[in-house]
Amino acid sequence: MSLGKLAERLLHLVPVLLGVSVIVFLMMALTPGDPVDIMIGDQNVTPQQEQAMREDLGLDLPVHRQFFVFLGNAVQGDFGTSFYHRRPVLDVIVERLPATIELSLVALIIALVTAIPLGVLAAIRRNSILDKMATVGSLLGVSLPGFWFGILLLMLFAVHLQLLPVSGRIGFDSEIEPITHFLLIDTLLRGRPDAFWDALKHILLPAITLGLPMTAILMRVTRTSMLEVMRQDYIVFAEAKGLKRGRILFRHALKNALIPTVSVAAIETGSLLGGNMIVETVFGWPGLGRLVVESVFLRNYPLVQAAVLFYAVTYVLLNFIADILYTTLNPRVKL
Amino acid sequence: MSRNENLLEVDGLRTVFDTSEGVVRAVDGVDVTVRRGECLGVVGESGSGKSVTFSSVMGLVRSPGRIESGAIRFEGQDLTRLSTREMRAIRGRDISMTMQDALTALNPALTVGEQLSEMLDAHDDDLPARGAARRRAIRDRSVEMLRLVGIPSPESRLGQYPHEFSGGMRQRIMIAIALAPGPKLLIADEPTTALDVTIQAQVLELISDIRARLGMSVVLITHDLGVVAEHCDRVMVMYAGQVVEEGSTVDVISNPQHPYTRGLLGSIPRLSLRGKPIRPIQGQVPNLVGLPPQCRFYSRCPERTDACLQSVEMRSVGPDRRARCIALTQEEVA
Repeated sequence: MSLGKLAERLLHLVPVLLGVSVIVFLMMALTPGDPVDIMIGDQNVTPQQEQAMREDLGLDLPVHRQFFVFLGNAVQGDFGTSFYHRRPVLDVIVERLPATIELSLVALIIALVTAIPLGVLAAIRRNSILDKMATVGSLLGVSLPGFWFGILLLMLFAVHLQLLPVSGRIGFDSEIEPITHFLLIDTLLRGRPDAFWDALKHILLPAITLGLPMTAILMRVTRTSMLEVMRQDYIVFAEAKGLKRGRILFRHALKNALIPTVSVAAIETGSLLGGNMIVETVFGWPGLGRLVVESVFLRNYPLVQAAVLFYAVTYVLLNFIADILYTTLNPRVKL
Repeated sequence: MSRNENLLEVDGLRTVFDTSEGVVRAVDGVDVTVRRGECLGVVGESGSGKSVTFSSVMGLVRSPGRIESGAIRFEGQDLTRLSTREMRAIRGRDISMTMQDALTALNPALTVGEQLSEMLDAHDDDLPARGAARRRAIRDRSVEMLRLVGIPSPESRLGQYPHEFSGGMRQRIMIAIALAPGPKLLIADEPTTALDVTIQAQVLELISDIRARLGMSVVLITHDLGVVAEHCDRVMVMYAGQVVEEGSTVDVISNPQHPYTRGLLGSIPRLSLRGKPIRPIQGQVPNLVGLPPQCRFYSRCPERTDACLQSVEMRSVGPDRRARCIALTQEEVA
């Protein structure tokens, strides 16, 4: 991995971000609804006051002028002020980010630790009951809509069994002074195992809901590539060497089979971001996804714009990470 | 011949594959004897059952294949009766195998050093029990093995991956891995097919050389009678899942008894026959599903008669010499 390649990848970001900005701007301009109307609501406001609000928010300019104003500010690191919060959008986003990252990471971990062993098992016990169940399960996992599955989980575990909380990140009694803003870490740093347990209970259902489609995809990728690898000559040769089955499976086969799994996982992590909007809304999770959904409804243009750009950057970076992981695992490929 | 002289004795081996079209009798009643220290050549076309025979010996036949019957005695012990664990201890340590193409047989994601040392780790009993001393001993032995097969500056190459070596080098590395625990029998499955002609000779020399030095037996599976003539003491010719002829290499090549062996020899281009056409064997290997009990070479045999439509057993046709052709028996009887 040379610095030149790194710079090249970073340069790729420029057209991506420009394109995304244009698209988001156009879509918001074309979407019916007006932020000032929404803000005014039922209040009595004179046309002069309304005009003053528009000028204040920069909405009196034609759309293309608005875009260039945004672009000029954005390249200087200023993404505008949230109409609703009356604070710089970047601050608002950064505030919500830890909750979203924490949820995504837990979902990713759940997906990896269930998908890889299941995929391996399904492959080595091909056509067994377990394999068939895993195949049907993964089909369901990909096709079940997240909002529906999330609500089912809520009804079962939170409403009927009352084992887990319905929404939020943590209970009132467990509120702690943040350090890293990742509650699962902060509660432990503050020496509050009870609060950690509470945070874990809160994150469980949303993380499962968020991670389900990814689990399903990763399981299938692992199973397929494991089957492919087990057919290779080097596995026969490893058996001819009289190696133990565990070593053949986990050292010889899995190391090769994980190459596609890891790449797909890195790219799919990007799709967790999209899933976040739905899951965070269903579970009342105070993260970026829910903020974006709310902002769309409020026509809070600057915030939506900045958040979508953030998603785009993340997506490009994850693809980049996928490439790096691919080369690390596969000695035949050099970036 | 004393029993002790035979390292490997295969009796009436039948290995079949259950397919949707029926049972494929890939190996149908094969007997093999490998003596201590000898090199046995196994010759036949693709699909003759030569590789499946020795996969069966290694216990590497996978579903849908299975060994239907037969005994495989290695140093008097029937391998077909061993547990998976017991068989694993024999694979690599006592019977080792190399495959046709080292590029696919070596794991692309593991270093050559790891693939060599795991073999030693699994089988070499002379190593220190554990810890740094064991690791150092394994490393030293790995370097020694790579040097034995002629890899230059082996210390620096242990950390490299298979794709960083040339084809000939990879073949040598695979041989080094197979030989590392000092097996009594090496099964070399088409060791030169994937190589350039010049490298072929080097690799075969290497195998012959190490065989002489370590006193092991070698089974050389090939379709090249030239390779057999140069390197093997005895040869076994297989056709459609059966042995059709066997004997000392000199006898079989100078005086082939089975029409198929004659056909194989006739299809080799030779300088002494310059100007005359090569005579390939006409036709194809029969489908191995639901074969009639006649001579399997019947449809392609230039010397066939109606007598060939009955089943044919192996006949002894001289000291240490057997062939499966009904014409031979008739001649002898007459």
